[in-house]
Amino acid sequence: MTTVEERPHTGFGRTLRKEDVRLVRGKGNYVDDVRLPGMLHGALLRSPHAHAKILSIDTSAAEAMPKVLAVITGETLKGLGLAWMPTLSYDVQAVLATDKVRFQGQEVAFVIAEDHYAARDAVEMIEVDYEPLPAVVDAKKALDPDAPVIRDDKENQANNHIFDWESGDQAKTDEVFANAEVVVAQDILYPRVHPAPLETCGSVADMDPVTGKLTLYTTSQAPHAHRTVYALVAGLPEHKIRVIAPDIGGGFGNKVGIYPGYVMSIVGSIVTGRPVKWVEDRAEHLMSTSFARDYHMRGEIAATKDGKILGLRVNVIADHGAFNATAQPTKFPAGFFHVFTGSYDLQAAHCKVTGVYTNKAPGGVAYACSFRITEAVYLVERMVDVLAYELKADPAELRMKNLLQPEQFPYTTQTGWEYDSGDYPKALKLAMDMAGYDALRREQAEKRERGELMGIGVAFFTEAVGAGPRKHMDILGLGMADGAELRIHPTGKAVLRISVKTQGQGHETTFAQIVGNELGLPTADIEVVHGDTDQTPFGLGTYGSRSTPVSGAATALVARKIRDKARIVAAAMLEVSPDDLEWAGDRFHVKGDPEQAKTIQEIAMAAHSSLELPEGVEGHLDATTVYNPPNLTYPFGAYICVVDVDPGTGGVKVRRFIAVDDCGVRINPMIVEGQVHGGLADGVGMALMQVIAFDEEGNHLGASFMDYLLPTALECPSWELGETVTPSPHHPIGAKGVGESATVGSPCAVVNAVLDAIKPYGVRHADMPLTPAAVWEAMQGRPIRTDLAIP
Amino acid sequence: MQVTITINGSAETHEVEPRLLLVHFIREQAGLRGTHWGCDTSNCGTCVVWLDGKPVKSCTVFAAMADGHEVRTVEGLEQGGQLDPVQQGFMECHGLQCGFCTPGMLMTARALLDDNPDPTETEIRVAISGQLCRCTGYENIVRSVRWAAEKEASEEVTA
Repeated sequence: MTTVEERPHTGFGRTLRKEDVRLVRGKGNYVDDVRLPGMLHGALLRSPHAHAKILSIDTSAAEAMPKVLAVITGETLKGLGLAWMPTLSYDVQAVLATDKVRFQGQEVAFVIAEDHYAARDAVEMIEVDYEPLPAVVDAKKALDPDAPVIRDDKENQANNHIFDWESGDQAKTDEVFANAEVVVAQDILYPRVHPAPLETCGSVADMDPVTGKLTLYTTSQAPHAHRTVYALVAGLPEHKIRVIAPDIGGGFGNKVGIYPGYVMSIVGSIVTGRPVKWVEDRAEHLMSTSFARDYHMRGEIAATKDGKILGLRVNVIADHGAFNATAQPTKFPAGFFHVFTGSYDLQAAHCKVTGVYTNKAPGGVAYACSFRITEAVYLVERMVDVLAYELKADPAELRMKNLLQPEQFPYTTQTGWEYDSGDYPKALKLAMDMAGYDALRREQAEKRERGELMGIGVAFFTEAVGAGPRKHMDILGLGMADGAELRIHPTGKAVLRISVKTQGQGHETTFAQIVGNELGLPTADIEVVHGDTDQTPFGLGTYGSRSTPVSGAATALVARKIRDKARIVAAAMLEVSPDDLEWAGDRFHVKGDPEQAKTIQEIAMAAHSSLELPEGVEGHLDATTVYNPPNLTYPFGAYICVVDVDPGTGGVKVRRFIAVDDCGVRINPMIVEGQVHGGLADGVGMALMQVIAFDEEGNHLGASFMDYLLPTALECPSWELGETVTPSPHHPIGAKGVGESATVGSPCAVVNAVLDAIKPYGVRHADMPLTPAAVWEAMQGRPIRTDLAIP
Repeated sequence: MQVTITINGSAETHEVEPRLLLVHFIREQAGLRGTHWGCDTSNCGTCVVWLDGKPVKSCTVFAAMADGHEVRTVEGLEQGGQLDPVQQGFMECHGLQCGFCTPGMLMTARALLDDNPDPTETEIRVAISGQLCRCTGYENIVRSVRWAAEKEASEEVTA
């Protein structure tokens, strides 16, 4: 056995993670680990009602509690103009409720005390007089004429309608459907789920009363975007705001938005003149922070009798909760849902999405969804299986028949996406070979004879990740391009500063590998600085699998700038023309004479020395860049899941899961595989266990890990991974991003497998999560609605 | 009330409220922040420490209940500047991503191997089934524990 400490390593390939050195020792630094002198603790009072008028709030008993310094309500904030804050979708959200509460768990008051326990005690002493109102919990009824209006704070908002948005050619699609031999329709729900990172959200705000500088330690996937938004919300000068995102205990899109608790820690620090920490508990996290999905879809698929898919048509009711706070490119109110045409060559496609308010927490875009591509992939892959059911076709063969062919790339979809590259049939074939697909079908047939229920589920996905380009994609006017800055010190050690922020993806390692690959420096000699707005260049952050596609590209290009400069320096050192030099991985040598060489380390020292450089060439070896991606990247994959279903209970056991991923060039295969593993567990969880449901009063039914079930090691099989590599033609290193692929692709494979298992019962579709009860009811011909506990 | 808890060999004596949870005693009073808090309901297991040699969820134990007892945390795994094989295994096999569940997973893994030096994949999965990881899909955690078991077995042969 070799030791685990650092070994010399350069460039791409498996290497151990730099961040693990501190994390396995318990020496990470998460927000709740931050301790500042004089630090106070904040806690939020939250609404017990989903929809109610606030008649009065009495804070006197809370204020009289020992150790309590202040109790802040919405009325206090009103005076400061801070009762409402803008969301990332051009709506507003209450920081602390003033007029009404609009979802259970909404923020109502904030207590600041000497310690966490005292703050919690005081929260219990606040008396609020509510007048309960009827709640809107069923998105499908949100637009009923008699539905209570949730957002009466907004002028001209007479109903619960947020937006209508469409994509594709409706007339052409209608014509394809009118002439098709086979048309199948299916109602499909992607229920509300929550990413539930193991670390909840929190912040420590430290406003220096003398300098006026605010330092905010916070659970943020997008520190720079947060800094700008705080400047705009609170009117604080942006150069006096420093946002630090230290180690983050998982994000998955949940830590992109700005939550009232963060704002209140800032307000608390301004009010008290001392640092204020706010860290929510698990129930608060599950009830109030960004959920995911809640898409109520009606899909239609048109095909020929022999299984050539012609078109897709989708209508969606999108439940956005009480405030429209989805975190996504602003011009895309349904995210990238219009990649619902999937991996197939269609004649026409059209989708229409209607966003509605309900009395539930805001959010919608989170949980490794690549801006709604989870919903899109689930829709199309379910519809293909529904078609296979009707045509009595094999789902893998039906897909193989309709997949885009390698020679069709770059391929422009019916909704305008330009897929950059791919070999889809190769990936599906590999997955089928790894699974032993034909043998599995034979086993299934034998088992069916004996009354045993075994299912094989297939799903194919195409992702669209790495937003921008900035011209088309921005968040609140901030273009989605990212900066990088690289300094090579005189001794040849490097510091890379990036705008994106790891939440476990291993950026400190992989981004060092990108620099090492370009400059020949050992991975150990490259320090990656991130998560501190005072120390890193501007950029939009880590979500939508955009770190490698955008910031990774910036890193490669800034390293190439360094290499270009190093060539000039090396030429001066060797007294030759730069054109006479050749790069050899870690050094420049004179063409045809490898002995006449200068390593990057030698060049770095010379660049800082008294060496005379050509006119106009600055000394040192530093560079900066901003990368504006020309297009998204399009990772893809083929997944096959094998399940056994207990005919007596409806219980599902995932026996095998085969995942073939193509994310282009892999920087660190170990980390790529880890990303895929995590996403596959998400798929098992969403397909079988996870749902945030509500009762008719709007009570949240998943507010703890006893109610919101997440997969453990026992529900997960040992994942079987395969890979193909189709480099992205426009990315500097050919990489495509992989953080969300498996979460996007896997839920449908599991669902398709379960439904395949219970096909003998005549079940064509049933909604997630396929709990034993849901499977059992579907087998009895009584599919249940999984998102509502309403009879 | 005053409680004294020996954590990783050092006695920690503090005046605390009777309701103080052990996880908060470890983090706030003793200042050892490797042990994390994650859920309040004993489901996630990021707070797992050893109490008198047995893994417990420290969010479900009062500090007062640990008065006079021995606690071992993730900071106590490294001995004499040498990482414990389970720590090495988690690094070698990419058994962690965000690292938040890791301290609890490591303490459970160490306890498992002390009890069962050659666990099967299923035995490892059962051992960690009271804990949640949101990043790894558990695969590499299982491999990490096996790596540690094999390393310890090979070291025993050479010793």
